[in-house]
Amino acid sequence: MSDWEGVRLHVVTGKGGTGKTTVAAALALALAGDGHKILLVEVEERQGLAHLFDVGPLDYTERRIASAPGGGEVHGLAVDAREAMHEYLAIFYRLGRAARALDKVGFVEFATTIAPGLRDVLLTGKTYEATRRKDPQGEFQYDAVVLDAPPTGRVTRFLDVNTSVSSLARVGPIHRQATAITSLLHSPRTAVHVVTLLEDMPVQETVDTIEELRQARIPVGAVVINQVRQPHLDDVHQQAARAGELDPELIRAGLSAAALPDSAAIVERLRVEAAEHAERLDAERAARASLGALDRPTYNLPRLPEGVDPTAVYELAEMLREQGAA
Amino acid sequence: MSAARRSPRFDVDHLIDDPRTHVIVCCGSGGVGKTTTAAALGLRAAERGRQVVVLTIDPARRLAQAMGLTELDNSPREVPGITAPEGGRLDAMMLDMKRTFDEVVEAHTTPERARQILANPFYQALSSSFAGTQEYMAMEKLGQLRRRGQWDLIVVDTPPSRSALDFLDAPERLGSFLDGRLIRLLGGPVRAGGRAYRAFFQAGFNVVTGAMTKVLGGDLLKDVQTFVNALDTMFGGFRERAEQTYALLQRPETAFVVVAAPEPDALREASYFVDRLSEDGMPLAGLALNRIHQDGPGGIGEEQAIAGAERLEATGGHDLTAALLRLHADRLAAAARDRRAGDRFAAAHPDVPVTRVPALAVDVSDLDGLRQIGDLLSTGG
Repeated sequence: MSDWEGVRLHVVTGKGGTGKTTVAAALALALAGDGHKILLVEVEERQGLAHLFDVGPLDYTERRIASAPGGGEVHGLAVDAREAMHEYLAIFYRLGRAARALDKVGFVEFATTIAPGLRDVLLTGKTYEATRRKDPQGEFQYDAVVLDAPPTGRVTRFLDVNTSVSSLARVGPIHRQATAITSLLHSPRTAVHVVTLLEDMPVQETVDTIEELRQARIPVGAVVINQVRQPHLDDVHQQAARAGELDPELIRAGLSAAALPDSAAIVERLRVEAAEHAERLDAERAARASLGALDRPTYNLPRLPEGVDPTAVYELAEMLREQGAA
Repeated sequence: MSAARRSPRFDVDHLIDDPRTHVIVCCGSGGVGKTTTAAALGLRAAERGRQVVVLTIDPARRLAQAMGLTELDNSPREVPGITAPEGGRLDAMMLDMKRTFDEVVEAHTTPERARQILANPFYQALSSSFAGTQEYMAMEKLGQLRRRGQWDLIVVDTPPSRSALDFLDAPERLGSFLDGRLIRLLGGPVRAGGRAYRAFFQAGFNVVTGAMTKVLGGDLLKDVQTFVNALDTMFGGFRERAEQTYALLQRPETAFVVVAAPEPDALREASYFVDRLSEDGMPLAGLALNRIHQDGPGGIGEEQAIAGAERLEATGGHDLTAALLRLHADRLAAAARDRRAGDRFAAAHPDVPVTRVPALAVDVSDLDGLRQIGDLLSTGG
């Protein structure tokens, strides 16, 4: 049983460098596991998903980028604000000549790059539309949508479209669109997952972001701890290493038993490395305590020494499933 | 290994000691340690006798505290606890983008007009939430600090943009928007030039405003129009200011330091940035490659360490040494990976000087931590 029954929109954010795009992709694959069809959306024009899945650049047309075990599929979409604006004008207003005139005087440019909040309404609006879209049989086209959202520093403002737009467009269609998006984002059908590392700054940003999201009444999903390192030392050795009390003679004897060079310099280097490792493990323990206080489901993903390639995304997806994410 | 290219060394002390260096801009993608690098460079320069101000955009709390920044008040404060020789000084500030925008408005119009503009809903949204405002205001603040002439070195951190390039493009975009055709059009047809042009424009104007009213609602359009009319005298000013600051960035007194971590995304961004700087004739000082795992000379190699650990694990009895060997092998693997990432960058940009900053076990939270980063920046080859 998944932790997220009934959630149709999964938003994934995280501080820059924490691997939020990788986690979003793994989550999409995990959710696709039971033969489901999942849409994975990116909005930052970085082509991060194309790099990750090793496929050609994504654009405004949704297409299959990966298959999951059990017949599931992940489709990819890169939302471009300009295209969203054109689509929006065409669908909702049937603006022919006027739309071209708007484009000519720079209105589309204005709406997509400059007008406060409008860009975000367009980007989230397309995601919203995909979340609700039904096929001719009346079934949802996608079982869930995963949004690779902007980083933690900007995500609350990005999602809180209503606040930024309603003060501007107090009535009219943009206002209605923003209101509809807001009702989805504030409902239990949405979950915002925050990706972090076990380091000071990302953890602080995670704590701050979750507080902001709660204040904006946007449902917080899981905390995903990415790039978790395997501890090499047990508790006793950790303590000794931290205090600089690892027995050099014991280490030397081990090196010798392993038929390795065992000079004093080598032993000392291993001891220094152990002390640094212990210091890091301490910092990680403190980080875990701060994250634990958030009281959210927490998933751990390991650091992949060889980097992330399409195969690795499948492995991470499997780990997310095992931990209850899908 | 002889094929691996080695970048020239980025001599950080030479850069910060050079009295002709007056502006250092730290740029790069999010999460690579940009703000920390800016703060460490500023501290080091001050402790070597420069009068420095560090302009940070959105510092992590601990880092802000390390510099004695407890409030966002948009003006530089002296950083306590530094040990500078005669003449050396370090001030630091956090950018308040709305406040900076307000000041620009106040400086360029009558108090009454300024009040109207500041109260306008469209202005309020523009000045506090538009994604490019932060970049524009960072540039604006840089220009202001430079004009005050109180410091002989300004170190600027750049906003956490979607792309590092936004920092260069957003001011121009906002400037040309505020100064451009659309906003003139929104201000009403009378603003749009000569008589013949006006007659031609009137028809188009009706189509456009009609469509915009339909899309945005009449209220927003009215707010924009009021805003534009209140701005009146400031037109031209925005683009001009953006252009001035852009020109400052191209002068030899400015140095760009591109910051990256040894990861594909961060290095890709760094590459774009390096290319862009050279296209625009902007002075690139070098690349600071942060969080490098280091591999000291001599010792036990990675494969040797793994084989040794396996041997000990099979026979049992030397758990500690086996664990230390595993740890050692991990570190060597990380070091090799980071070195390859750096080599790839060097191959693509052989002329860009690089300094490599080793990964620290814990994050920076005080001035000593920043000093340590400064030392590493200056010695990293």
